[in-house]
Amino acid sequence: MKLTLKVWRQRDAIDKGRLATYDVEAHEDMSFLEMLDVLNEELITSGEDPVAFDHDCREGICGTCSMVIDGQPHGPQRATTTCQLHMRHYNDGDTIVIEPFRSGAFPVIKDLIVDRGAFDKVIQAGGYISANTGSAPEANANAVQKEHADRAFAAANCIGCGACVAACPNGSASLFLGAKLTHLGELPQGQPERYQRVVEMVQTHEDAGFGGCTNTGACATACPKEIPLDVISQLNRDYLAATVGGKKKG
Amino acid sequence: MSEKSRAGGAAAPRRPRTPSALLKFVMAVSGVFLLLYVVLHMIGNLKIFFGPAAIDEYASWLRTILEPALPYEGMLWIVRVVLLVSVIAHIWSATVLTLRARRARPIKYAGGSYRVKGSYAARTMRWGGVIIALFVIYHLLDLTFGVANPNGVHLEVYDNIAAGFAPERWYVTLFYVLAVVALGFHVQHGIFSGIQTLGWSSNSRERTIKVVSTVFAVVLTLGFISVPLAVTFGVV
Repeated sequence: MKLTLKVWRQRDAIDKGRLATYDVEAHEDMSFLEMLDVLNEELITSGEDPVAFDHDCREGICGTCSMVIDGQPHGPQRATTTCQLHMRHYNDGDTIVIEPFRSGAFPVIKDLIVDRGAFDKVIQAGGYISANTGSAPEANANAVQKEHADRAFAAANCIGCGACVAACPNGSASLFLGAKLTHLGELPQGQPERYQRVVEMVQTHEDAGFGGCTNTGACATACPKEIPLDVISQLNRDYLAATVGGKKKG
Repeated sequence: MSEKSRAGGAAAPRRPRTPSALLKFVMAVSGVFLLLYVVLHMIGNLKIFFGPAAIDEYASWLRTILEPALPYEGMLWIVRVVLLVSVIAHIWSATVLTLRARRARPIKYAGGSYRVKGSYAARTMRWGGVIIALFVIYHLLDLTFGVANPNGVHLEVYDNIAAGFAPERWYVTLFYVLAVVALGFHVQHGIFSGIQTLGWSSNSRERTIKVVSTVFAVVLTLGFISVPLAVTFGVV
């Protein structure tokens, strides 16, 4: 299949960047990233700079791949990361526009690669629990209700890719934030730091320059791991309990 | 690469800013007051269907609520102050959040904007809010201060409404209807968003909350537009 690609090319963080047009011959069995690999081989052969893009496991679980395909983070297929998107969903002669995630808090490093270090800062601010090291705890010592376990697990599916931020018209990372807070807050191990955590993580989210949530739901629709929108409600509930409700000590 | 260039300039505020979650809380709480008022206002308007005397008496009664514990127009002024504070808080936090959103999302996608951006109501909250604010200014000049009303006599409520929405002033009626429809959309997303902001939403309740917000918004809109339409078409 012959495709026309319009790819965002940007030398470095300071470069203004532009969309460049390339023709590429792809096969329907290829993954989207393999199609880009083909393009890059051609670019290297002709002495041009290959398109820089993030990728690692190519199994849809690491959260490294990003990019916005035809205006949609991770492309048109629901609940799918870019690396798991396949060319069989495209037709011969299609034109595909490929851009980096757009967010003030995710500056472009090069081409399609953005700096998602802001997520690391949010995690550092509270994405941990206190646990004794040494021998493993007794497996049945902490009883967890099924509903809490399910909800924690659903939230723990978040791979931290940043598609929620890329999709959000306000550039908010509330879905990511809510996923982490729900994941830890639903479990007994997450209780000691629960209210400290939400205040620290929300403030770090703020200082990183992410926007506020208007509950459009675009994030949950774009999320390749289908994190439910109600984790944002959980985030707000815990945040208000910690601040307005005074549950955060010290 | 240095920390400064990595942050891209726009993303590094100098001092910690008030979290958006807190500003959203301000929006939700002020929104609750505004919504309560709008509901009472809509129900009060329906008095016109019981005749000219009913709505005029209702307007007089509004000024004597809890007399003599409160002075004449006491309750009216309490409500007005609460409304004014709510409106200022609502618009102020919306403005701050909008400016932040612009900085947090500075570049549009060339490959078409993201298709699933939420409902029409969710996407039009900001401009819808501006339209409602402009409408409220006109509405106050029309039926509170009376300067934009052909009759414009204080407490002659029925005559003011009848003159304001007279058939030859169909464009005023049309403007009211459009503004109230904008209010309906604003309320539809506002109720859902407010509940989510206050942390009361959940996966299992989300659908119900959205249906209730929609029904609420439709009833509110119909209740409001019934009055100008009834006057223009000579029903009352």
